[in-house]
Amino acid sequence: MSRTVLDIKNLCAGYHGSEALKDVSFSVNPGDYIGICGPNGSGKSTLVKVILGLLAPTSGEIALLGTPQSAFRDWQRIGYLPQGLQFFNPHFPATVDEVVRLGRLAGKRFPKRFNREDAAAVERTMEWMGISHIKGCMIGELSGGLRQRVLLARALVNDPALLVLDEPTTALDPETRESFYKLIFEMNREKKATVLLITHDTATIGKYASHLLYLDKKVVFYGGFDAFCNSTEMTGFFGEHGQHLVCHRH
Amino acid sequence: MDIAEMLSYGFMQRALIGGSLIAILCSVLGVFLVLRRLSLIGDGLAHVTFGSVALALFFRLHSFYLTLAIIPMVLACSMGILKLAQKARIYGDAAIGIVSALGIATGVMLASVAGGFNVDLFSYLFGNILSISSSELIIAAVLFAVVIAGVAIFYNDLFASTFDEELAKSSGIDTDRINAVLVLLTALTVVLAMKVVGIMLISALLILPAVTALQLAKGFKAAIVCAAGIGVSTVVVGISFSFAMNLPTGATIVLINFLAFLCAFVARNLLRRR
Repeated sequence: MSRTVLDIKNLCAGYHGSEALKDVSFSVNPGDYIGICGPNGSGKSTLVKVILGLLAPTSGEIALLGTPQSAFRDWQRIGYLPQGLQFFNPHFPATVDEVVRLGRLAGKRFPKRFNREDAAAVERTMEWMGISHIKGCMIGELSGGLRQRVLLARALVNDPALLVLDEPTTALDPETRESFYKLIFEMNREKKATVLLITHDTATIGKYASHLLYLDKKVVFYGGFDAFCNSTEMTGFFGEHGQHLVCHRH
Repeated sequence: MDIAEMLSYGFMQRALIGGSLIAILCSVLGVFLVLRRLSLIGDGLAHVTFGSVALALFFRLHSFYLTLAIIPMVLACSMGILKLAQKARIYGDAAIGIVSALGIATGVMLASVAGGFNVDLFSYLFGNILSISSSELIIAAVLFAVVIAGVAIFYNDLFASTFDEELAKSSGIDTDRINAVLVLLTALTVVLAMKVVGIMLISALLILPAVTALQLAKGFKAAIVCAAGIGVSTVVVGISFSFAMNLPTGATIVLINFLAFLCAFVARNLLRRR
């Protein structure tokens, strides 16, 4: 039996009584690249929050890398990049390398101290992301694209087995967005990281992702892109034009 | 009066040492509080301190014992603010407002019912570091060690939760616990800071050195070290100046801090324009 990276069974979740996810089940195999799409309010971000343990599910089971979520402690094996920082303060006095190093805190035990290995991992990741030359810069002084790249470096600094990205490119210009997608694709191909990527960009995601998870509070479709494109059920759901847009993989 | 003469007085030595220790605590915690938009928690806890002081005076406790007695009360109220914000679906600022008003109301009520200690109570409103006793200095030193050790132990977790709470949580950091640590350390510091600038001005000592440092610092650790430096120098200059000129110490310290902030602000804008 191949161990799944993520296994979700009959998951329900919501906020203050309103249900955002209903009976969601799917599993993700190592090396998969899942594009998660769906309209606004379809529960995409809720799904990510539940997977990362930021929100408790109302019912259902989640297993991360083969371990039930309640017992999961290896957070360094999961990298997370949000859409933007929750309350980003442009005057926050942190340098690029300080922010990237924060990623190394995950999974550290008390008292959490950084060692030489951490420093090497930070250097290596910054090198790879092409941000070494700005390591002493303040995070607030960077452009939106560079800042997201720094946060991506923070998410990748542990060489995670699973990378979770919640609309990482919404604030970026098209060119930066393209290079960002390429970077994540490389991550998936070369480092064999499993990727979960939430995006509104249904037209582009097919170029990179291996699977599509279409959510609308429940799972509307989950599978490979070819299966999606050949599914008459999905033609019924999206209309021919909508389905074509995804399948054309612009 | 020359500096040697000033330093020859025992009360000046105690004031300068105690003031510097407390200034370091306030400035270091201030950086976290300001960046987390919790600056006013200092104010709220100061008002709680007012109520606690009234209660302690009610039981005829003074100086050393008074400080010891109010520590658990302020710690409990700081937890109350956190719990209110978490459980009662109240925003943090409203929770601070509630507990802070409760502190003042308790103080005023006790002063009125008991009568006779208004003068004592009001002396705590404006503080007087020059009257710090040796035993109070020992409390300050012990709490200084506790708070600095707390910050050092949880430094990385505090930094991560200050930078972004959600990201910190996703790295497996128990941010609720870290918030509790921050608020408890702040409560201890507020009790000490009461002696330096008085209840009314505590939040200034928490906020001003931190925002001054944030104008200048290039990095997180740099901001903390810079804030501590600014805190100590403004308190030392403030105590000496107020003593030489016969001015109220707390107010002098706060005004000097504001001057330092203005200088940093101007300096930053000049540097930027270059």
